[in-house]
Amino acid sequence: MADFAGIDFLLLDEDYSDEELISRDTVRSWVSDRFLPVIQEHIRKDGSFPMELVPEIAELGLFGANLHGYGCAGMNNVAYGLVMQELERGDSGLRSFASVQGSLCMYPIHAFGSEEQKQEWLPKMAAGQAIGCFGLTEPDFGSYAQGMRTKAERKNGGWVLNGTKRWITNGSLAHVAIVWAQTEDGVRGFLVPRGAAGFEAPDIKGKFSLRGSVTSELYFKDVELPGGAMLPDAKGMKGPLSCLTQARYGIAWGALGAAMACFEEVVEYSKQRIVQGGPLAAKQLTQAKLADMFTEITKGQLLALRVARLKDEGKLHHTMVSMIKRNNVDIALTVARNSRDLLGANGIVDDYQAMRHMVNLETVRTYEGTHDIHTLILGEHITGMRAL
Amino acid sequence: MKILVCLKQVPHQDARLDVNGDGTWIKEDGIKFEINSYDTYALEEALRIKDAGEAEVVVASIGPDRVTQALRTALGMGADRAVHVNDAACQGSDALGIAKTLAAIAKEESPDLILMGLMSDDGNASAVPPMVAELVGMPSATAVVATERSEGNIRVERELEGGAVEVVDVPTPCLLAVQSGLNQVRYASLKGIMAAKKKPLDVKTAADLGVADAVGTAGAKVKIEKIYQPLRGEGAEILSGSTDEIVSSLMNKIKELGLL
Repeated sequence: MADFAGIDFLLLDEDYSDEELISRDTVRSWVSDRFLPVIQEHIRKDGSFPMELVPEIAELGLFGANLHGYGCAGMNNVAYGLVMQELERGDSGLRSFASVQGSLCMYPIHAFGSEEQKQEWLPKMAAGQAIGCFGLTEPDFGSYAQGMRTKAERKNGGWVLNGTKRWITNGSLAHVAIVWAQTEDGVRGFLVPRGAAGFEAPDIKGKFSLRGSVTSELYFKDVELPGGAMLPDAKGMKGPLSCLTQARYGIAWGALGAAMACFEEVVEYSKQRIVQGGPLAAKQLTQAKLADMFTEITKGQLLALRVARLKDEGKLHHTMVSMIKRNNVDIALTVARNSRDLLGANGIVDDYQAMRHMVNLETVRTYEGTHDIHTLILGEHITGMRAL
Repeated sequence: MKILVCLKQVPHQDARLDVNGDGTWIKEDGIKFEINSYDTYALEEALRIKDAGEAEVVVASIGPDRVTQALRTALGMGADRAVHVNDAACQGSDALGIAKTLAAIAKEESPDLILMGLMSDDGNASAVPPMVAELVGMPSATAVVATERSEGNIRVERELEGGAVEVVDVPTPCLLAVQSGLNQVRYASLKGIMAAKKKPLDVKTAADLGVADAVGTAGAKVKIEKIYQPLRGEGAEILSGSTDEIVSSLMNKIKELGLL
């Protein structure tokens, strides 16, 4: 099988530096060589993440790749985005694994943690020896996370944690959970190690989507934590929301990877597939779909690249991330659906990637700020009014 | 110990190649390039020697600006420094011109070992490695599939026709041209790629190396007359459908033709 080539209609490769291209191409090769050959089996059999690849992912430096120090690679945000794109070209579950580890767990420790917390966790997490999970969402509080019921109360210089988190990627795999809870002075973040008494993390079964990723619930019943378990510099919802901005940024790039995987597959298929005496690719309705996909992916690339450069220049506003997460996931899902459609019946079996990406992207559309929530964030930005 | 690894940047294995206007080479605009696959094994072999002890790995390549990416990739994988012969005068060099240029680098560097791929994915000539060895006066072995180092010597296994293996002792310093599959080539790490930005990359011209007369079309003794795509034959049938459907129609064809 030919290696993945991606789309570069507007010659954006000319805008990337050597290290940005080398990072992208290195991860691209790794995904083709090491990840794609095993993902089908993991998804078919039991819905699991290929944990055996974690040491290789760490060796490549993909965990916390845009963080500086503590064993992290210190890439710029363009290279980081391209890496996320390549990971999601493999599977949204792979990109989710890296997003959760880097943006949702290592980032808050890096940004809001004490020096002791950073030294304890970041080098191990960059090396893949410790896995993290991010506990914000609750069974009754998704988009309205600030309504959370999980609470931490002071006791003997430490804390007692009670509550339930749900839809937590890597929950049962994690060595440490970053848990957000109500306290007497607002929402605070806590580092909860695996095995703490009263902490359980059962997996959520029966998922149609993101089957290459582990999703869990987190139960905390009178979990006692030392005073040093709290992230000292994160106060209020700003803490978790800033993590989400990081992760959503990566998702906007990742979605393009999934879209390009579907596009490349369906272009190849439509050239080979003979219907009514000619290639499917030579039918007008096919070409209309392909032209739309091609254009939307290219527009998504421009959005992502511009926002990446602004992020590196320190000019990022979270509403920009809302725009690119909302747009790029939306177009990726449309690309995946139309690819599945063009593949006909073949599109429903896992010999082809389109349906796997399609059902994954249904999750990606919902998590990290649903499509509609990002619509309202943009609406408020435009009008200055919060819509109800 | 110093190891010189010679790399060539070639069109990506999946690049769609078109012949250029005067029919003497391919159109290079808009296609992706990568390190010649055989050379990646040579680089990996050098990096393994470095990992095992004290060795400096120098990578060298000839070509236009785009070659920087190949050299930075090699530095990202762990090479220590790079030499880039970036000179429009080298365009159109034949194998001897390339070999003289690489030999001039080798004479400046005085390596204990020169490693390169057995051949290039695009040119397929296998001519450069033995030429470089002769020009610098080093013993050499080609089609190397295994190496074992001892003091002043490298015992190599060479791949022969029909799967036979020849064992040869090559005294160092020497040049080895390696076969693909010699080792498992590593990936550059993101940290390595970042570190590569700070590693030295010297840019030289043919004149700097004293080989200005030997390079380019002017210096070439071999001239490419014509490059063309063979005409496509008739009668091929492309099977489509799911894997199961393809296998079943292929089996039917084989049965129809009485081959089973």
